[in-house]
Amino acid sequence: MVRLPFVLFFSALLFSAGVYGVLARRNAVMVLMAIELMLNAVNVNLIGFSAQLKDVNGQIFALFVIAVAAAEVGIGLAIVILLFRNRESINVDEVNLLKW
Amino acid sequence: MSGQEYAFTVLAVVGSIAAIAVVTARNVVHAALYLVVTLSCVGGTYLLLGAEFLGWVQILIYVGAIVILFLFGLMLTKAPIGRDDLDNQQRWLAIPVAALVFAGLVFLIQDAFPVKEAVATESFQASTGVIGESLFRHYVLPFEAVSFLLLAALIGAIVLARKDDA
Repeated sequence: MVRLPFVLFFSALLFSAGVYGVLARRNAVMVLMAIELMLNAVNVNLIGFSAQLKDVNGQIFALFVIAVAAAEVGIGLAIVILLFRNRESINVDEVNLLKW
Repeated sequence: MSGQEYAFTVLAVVGSIAAIAVVTARNVVHAALYLVVTLSCVGGTYLLLGAEFLGWVQILIYVGAIVILFLFGLMLTKAPIGRDDLDNQQRWLAIPVAALVFAGLVFLIQDAFPVKEAVATESFQASTGVIGESLFRHYVLPFEAVSFLLLAALIGAIVLARKDDA
């Protein structure tokens, strides 16, 4: 059986990589990929605790997170394609119409 | 360390390296392929942690569907190649922020669950039957809400991406 801290460290590293990706990338598709990394870190945590506490509820929650992530990617890519059609570019720092 | 822990460490190291490659790659298609490696390693860790159903769901949904969607998104938007086009000027600020997040998380984890005191319990296998029973006995309403959310996302994506003059 895997000890819990190993799982948590792996999850922390995935989450930090996701944070870096969201902050540093300017391509909107790459930002979405980094968000997926962060959601996966959360799932790793949920399943690690589910295994440690012998409770199946954590796995059910992870299942819901996966479903919501799938919906989020679908909508996100639709928005990205719409943005590309209107602006010829998907750089997030050029989308500043609502910026103060 | 048990055999499971060795296998987990290998998967975690490969997955972490690939995750860092995802956010630093200069070529967007390479980043998507590194994402496949990361997601597969995460799926492998689910299998090692006894979440058999979720391991296969991870492979099917993430590697099979979401990465393909990402590749479609990249192909349809003429993705640029090169660091200047992919990263913004906050790059050098983002590195310390991400390192700080990682250090903070490691400190908190080490504080709450010290590695030295961690005990390895015997493995817990949640079969697909157990998950299905729990899902349809205690989580019927959230399950229906998620299916409604997926329907709404489906319709929303079609409406957003469709050409108006067609």
